[in-house]
Amino acid sequence: MKKNRAKILAYPYMVWMIIFIVIPLFLVLFYSLTKGNIHDPSSLSFSLESYARVFDRNYLTSIVKSFKLAFISTLLCFFLGYPVALIIATIKAKYKNILLMFFLVPIWMNFLLRTYAWMSILSPNGFLNRLLSFLGLPALSIMPGQTAVLLGMIYNFLPFMVLPIYTVLSKIDKSVLEAASDLGANKIGTFFKVILPLSVPGIVSGITMVFMPAVSTFVISRLLGGGKESLIGNLIEEQFSLYRDWHFGSALSIILMIVILISMAVMSRFESDNDNGGAPIW
Amino acid sequence: MKKKCMLFLSCITILIGLTVLSGCNSDKVVLNIFNWGEYIDPELLVKFEKETGIRVNQDLFETNEHMLAKLEGGGSYYDVIFPSDYVIEEMIKKDMLQKIDFNNVPNFKYVGDRFKNLNYDPTNEYSVPYFWGTLGILYNTEMVDEEVDSWDILWDEKYAGQILMLDSMRDTIGVALRKLGYSVNTTDPEILEQAKNLLIQQKPLVNGYYVDEIKDMMINGDAALALNWSGSAMDIYWEGADYIKFVVPKEGANLWFDCMVIPKTSKHKKEAEMFINFMLDPENAYQNSLYVGYVSPVTEAFERIMQENPEIADMDAYNPSDEVLDNCEVFIDLGDARPLFNNVWTEKKYAE
Amino acid sequence: MVKFLRKFYMSLIFIFLYAPIIVLIIYSFNESKSRGHWGGFTLKWYAELFRDREIIKALYYTFLVALLSSIISTVIGTFSAIGIHNMGLLGKKFALNINYLPVLNPDIVTGIALMTLFISLNIQLGFVTMLISHVVFNIPYVILSVLPKLKQMNKHTTEAALDLGATPAYALRKVVIPEIMPGVITGALIAFTLSIDDFVISFFNTGPGVTNLSIHIFSMARKGVKPSINALTTLMLLTVVILLLLINKRTTKGDELIP
Repeated sequence: MKKNRAKILAYPYMVWMIIFIVIPLFLVLFYSLTKGNIHDPSSLSFSLESYARVFDRNYLTSIVKSFKLAFISTLLCFFLGYPVALIIATIKAKYKNILLMFFLVPIWMNFLLRTYAWMSILSPNGFLNRLLSFLGLPALSIMPGQTAVLLGMIYNFLPFMVLPIYTVLSKIDKSVLEAASDLGANKIGTFFKVILPLSVPGIVSGITMVFMPAVSTFVISRLLGGGKESLIGNLIEEQFSLYRDWHFGSALSIILMIVILISMAVMSRFESDNDNGGAPIW
Repeated sequence: MKKKCMLFLSCITILIGLTVLSGCNSDKVVLNIFNWGEYIDPELLVKFEKETGIRVNQDLFETNEHMLAKLEGGGSYYDVIFPSDYVIEEMIKKDMLQKIDFNNVPNFKYVGDRFKNLNYDPTNEYSVPYFWGTLGILYNTEMVDEEVDSWDILWDEKYAGQILMLDSMRDTIGVALRKLGYSVNTTDPEILEQAKNLLIQQKPLVNGYYVDEIKDMMINGDAALALNWSGSAMDIYWEGADYIKFVVPKEGANLWFDCMVIPKTSKHKKEAEMFINFMLDPENAYQNSLYVGYVSPVTEAFERIMQENPEIADMDAYNPSDEVLDNCEVFIDLGDARPLFNNVWTEKKYAE
Repeated sequence: MVKFLRKFYMSLIFIFLYAPIIVLIIYSFNESKSRGHWGGFTLKWYAELFRDREIIKALYYTFLVALLSSIISTVIGTFSAIGIHNMGLLGKKFALNINYLPVLNPDIVTGIALMTLFISLNIQLGFVTMLISHVVFNIPYVILSVLPKLKQMNKHTTEAALDLGATPAYALRKVVIPEIMPGVITGALIAFTLSIDDFVISFFNTGPGVTNLSIHIFSMARKGVKPSINALTTLMLLTVVILLLLINKRTTKGDELIP
């Protein structure tokens, strides 16, 4: 009986969700499928032209670039981050806390601030080039550009790859590792056949937590891209902030949302499949 | 449990501290202004509050197009906005502005006559001039040792990666059009196509498309050449970087006027008019012009700065000659041709 | 050998992570505004930071919204989680799937969707809309933290309490809530952290005069060098390190640091 009574606690939130989660998304969907002045409902008519525009060569290039950059940064975050997670997980307990804590400090600092910090380092007369010229090396013109955006992504998202992997790694039962070495496996074998497969849920989490913000960011590309690197996030933001084309902006948002949700669905398959001890995603 | 209480308490403390620091908001009238970045001396806002008791909140926009998008998107209500000429034209056409009661703006008499009744607001009922200037090339004489007098230099491969362009549609497309020898207000699709290709051609040479960043980037030596507005050059000059010069190229450029307007959505018209009046006071206009760098239409302020700094009388950035001015065009509202320009801009942006 | 490699690799990573921050901190003491020359040691940028009305206002709103939003979303989220926990399978699935949409969606989509809602209803954007949008994306995280604790909870304890004569409200207060409290606290902390750092959703849903730290830095960053931001970076780093040290002192297991 209590069960029936208790569930009414959730009803207000259900209403809230409908108002603030469901309806807004439907509105976006609605605008993506119409054309006309959004402030004058009578002028709106059904149209697929916003979706058709997405396939315009220019926009497709931008969309592809976003995915490419997100993919590369996720990959790099994985290869750079997995060792970090491994090291922290296997280090002596007395150092573990300090190491983890100092690793987390940058995340707790404001995201915009961290990206801004990179601007100072990578700009033509920034710290990096000053250092290089001091050492007698040629200056690099990294910023603005794709490399700068990539670096910005890795810098911001690396901890999000490390943390889930670390969480999973630290929960691996030590006895499993002992069993492996008892059965004759050396360190490398243990890693590839035991540790890596067991860490797959963490890897999947990490990939999700890096890929999604990477593909939808507009801040990093705005600040480090110099107006030349326009990603999906920038495209969408511009439709609302600059071109006043709510229909096209909505269509792009819907497409982005669908792509992300599909990739998440695919990812979650891997999470539950890990009992088969398959190799990591890559 | 304790640590959570501590966290909670520290947050409350910080909040109280910040409230005190930011000055409590009582039931003062608050004026919301919508302005370009670094386009008003913050001390003047404080002075205004002291003199009138009206608090001023400033929101910033990057370009006219951003400003219009925010306004038309709805949801944000401003009392005073600082748009440019062609945008005022559009706003008047769309009935977005309130007529200014000049009885409340007696300081209007200080504005030079040549800034009144201009073509975008012929009856001068909706706008009050704020700053004006031209568009041209900023160049670092330590990095550029040749004479700069043409837009062509911005397409010069010698300066690849050292060129900054404005992330502003009308301005950058306007440059391409003038370089091709056409008016900045051309709506001929074929000519616009040529302009577009010119810009796409230029893209690999451009370090980046910016707005407010350009000033500091030039001072820092991050680039050798930049497309920018005249006032920026003055601002740089006042900061002491006299190795950076400004020129309006011989092909001609854009002459612009930024004005103060009161949108229909403002509920504080009287206070807005007080603010406009305040900005036209010669003393305030003088202070503002020195801080922002741009040239004031208030004659007294304009001449006073020139008297105190006689060397600037020859500078294109401060006091362009009639010859230069005749070669410049004012933007006009494109009306239905706006999508054409939008397309050129978008295609340039996403071309690889 | 392995040990050396480990240390070396970790040092590289830490240099990578901290270099930008350290550089900014150094510049915050630089007399000269330019990034190229060292003009001498100074504390004037810190003084300017405290005189900068805009930054103080941004910090004020950031904390205010984060605090209010985390409190509101924790309360609503906790009770809703309890409710959802007690729902039938179908209802639960339905509720949870919708609930997790703000978590799964990229923040730009959530931000734009909310903005579209407010604009369509002609609601003026400002403090209230910003607060509402924060609550919207905070509640799912609270629920995410509380639900597992509810699942772990022994159902029979609640039944026992009811059998012994407690009213449902009393059982809720004295049995359920204390059990799930760790989840509630974690949820509140996550909500708070997310709100403090939020940019995109606030960017689209705020109005004149209302800003937060991220939005402010974004507009400042596009104006070029602003040394007061460097000063802010130093202070922020200090605050974060002190906070983390304090939290660390009170935690026994290192794993609890992970939000």
